[in-house]
Amino acid sequence: MVLIYIDQDEQEIKKASFEAISYGATIAKQLGTTAEALLLGTVKNNLADLGKWGANKVHHVNNIVLNSFDARVNATVVAETAKSLGATVLIFAHNLNGRAIAPAVAVKLGAGIVTGACALPKTDAGFVVTKTVFSGKAFASIEISTPIKVISINQNSFGTVISDAIATVHELAVAVPSSTLKITSVHKIQGEVPLTEASLVVSGGRGLKGPEHWGVLLDLAKALGASTACSRPVSDADWRPHHEHVGQTGIQIAPNLYIAIGISGAIQHLAGVNRSKTIVVINKDGEAPFFKAADYGVVGDAFEVVPALTAAILKSKSNA
Amino acid sequence: MKILVCISKTPDTTTKIAFTEGNTKLDENGVQWIINPYDEWYSLVKAIELKEKDASVTIHLITVGGADTEPIIRKALALGGDEAIRVNNNSNDSFIVAQEIAAIAKEGSYDLILTGKETIDYNSASIGSMLCALLDQNFISAAVKLDLNGNTLQVVREIDGGEETGELNFPAIISCQKGMAEQRIPNMRGIMAARTKPLKVVEASVTNATTHIKNFELPPAKSGVKLIDPDNMDELVRLLKEEAKVI
Ligand SMILES: Cc1cc2nc3c(=O)[nH]c(=O)nc-3n(C[C@H](O)[C@H](O)[C@H](O)COP(=O)(O)OP(=O)(O)OC[C@H]3O[C@@H](n4cnc5c(N)ncnc54)[C@H](O)[C@@H]3O)c2cc1C
Ligand SMILES: Nc1ncnc2c1ncn2[C@@H]1O[C@H](COP(=O)(O)O)[C@@H](O)[C@H]1O
Repeated sequence: MVLIYIDQDEQEIKKASFEAISYGATIAKQLGTTAEALLLGTVKNNLADLGKWGANKVHHVNNIVLNSFDARVNATVVAETAKSLGATVLIFAHNLNGRAIAPAVAVKLGAGIVTGACALPKTDAGFVVTKTVFSGKAFASIEISTPIKVISINQNSFGTVISDAIATVHELAVAVPSSTLKITSVHKIQGEVPLTEASLVVSGGRGLKGPEHWGVLLDLAKALGASTACSRPVSDADWRPHHEHVGQTGIQIAPNLYIAIGISGAIQHLAGVNRSKTIVVINKDGEAPFFKAADYGVVGDAFEVVPALTAAILKSKSNA
Repeated sequence: MKILVCISKTPDTTTKIAFTEGNTKLDENGVQWIINPYDEWYSLVKAIELKEKDASVTIHLITVGGADTEPIIRKALALGGDEAIRVNNNSNDSFIVAQEIAAIAKEGSYDLILTGKETIDYNSASIGSMLCALLDQNFISAAVKLDLNGNTLQVVREIDGGEETGELNFPAIISCQKGMAEQRIPNMRGIMAARTKPLKVVEASVTNATTHIKNFELPPAKSGVKLIDPDNMDELVRLLKEEAKVI
């Protein structure tokens, strides 16, 4: 049985978990077994709906204590549940919570783990999982040789498969160890799609010359409904908040569209964005290294090109 | 307070990645090895900051790796570690590495274990979480801030789309990322002192790998950038809609 961990935040199931269900359900089909989801805590979502993404069953540990995330506690509950249900493959989203517990769960189950997978495992001979390594500069195929296998799946790398199916919901009584971690505050960036979940991202570099010039970029992001990101020197100089910094030492993202404005394309920057499906580069220097990694390029001054692009997008939207 | 800082070695961030032996091994020709940036800039410097505030803090470094990791561990000593342990195990299976670190951690009873958020070569982001299970201690991942208030640790971690602050006691395991501390450069005095700081070598004790790398692959090269006239943004919008189908 394939068991998929459902991550929640403020009683909402995370987008990454829907993708994880579809991924796990596809593996279950491949292996001729069932896909079952596991949710800790309470959520507002209708759990039977998880069938849409491919879960045959949803196991629910309905304990409000589990609404706040404690890696030690959550990993223990997930491992105990996986053992009692007899799961042979465990799937996590490779988001922040998934990363925090999947390896701990693997240890508790004596299971081999591949984190940050980017494709379905090959299960015809052995069990081989492909993941990105060297910060997106290469892929590795890794064989898991233990009876139980654990995978965390990179966000935006599989997509979701949706049907009309409904899942059966099973309430589970599981002993929950007491938490010695006290969450004292949560700070959310208001009104924005988290960068790691965004499918469209507009990003700015030092080429924009200063925080006072960000308006052109923000207008474009607004026209597209995109999230905003930046290069490291930009956040280091406090032109933009640190949570926007993408790259090797920042956030790694894989949106459908990444528009880089006034960013040279240093290898450390590319490491955070090279898994994007489509890359557009706007740079006044036709020799900028970023053009080598781009699908579409515009050689020109950002302060002219970007407003023109925004206008073209608004025009095409009003025609649609 | 005893802090154990986990130090790993990775290829320099500008390394051009290539493979040998039928794409089963990283081509180490011309590779410059560095301390994994998360370990150096964030965990180690955070430990140094804690020591600067409280002289009773001792900083213990651990690396699991062959003799070729010694220059890295010496550099970490030069930055400010007090002493180091190298477990002579070349495995890149996270489970093995975590078990080696856990064995040392159990013996040394450290108050705090710091790791990096992930290594920039295999990007596993696993060791901290594995230590949480092996040692049954609290674990905060992807921490951006850590303050000490008597015996209480106040840690801010990144969550999807924001930050969360939590309070916990020792012992604890924290994986560190940007925000924790500011990068430092080793000075001459540190480099001289590092030469004589203790570096103990412990033989490997774990060998049961759970995963094996079968082969590596480079991503297919981009077919080449399509350049669009800056005066024709309608064309770019059309391509994004009809060809790339992303908007
Ligand atoms: C270990 C390490 C880790 C790092 N990690 C990261 C990381 O995570 N993320 C990251 O981003 N960087 C990282 N860096 C830094 C990286 O090497 C580059 O220095 C950085 O990405 C450059 O940022 P930039 O492209 O904004 O600025 P620049 O390199 O200064 O590029 C600015 C670009 O803007 C263009 N430009 C100027 N004016 C205009 C205009 N009017 N219109 C259009 N274009 C214009 C220029 O032609 C140029 O290409 C790291 C470095 C190291 C050593
Ligand atoms: N071989 C190793 N020796 C010591 N520490 C390591 C080793 N590998 C990883 N680590 C630590 O674990 C962190 C996360 O690494 P990883 O889980 O491999 O991505 C690193 O930033 C290091 O702090």
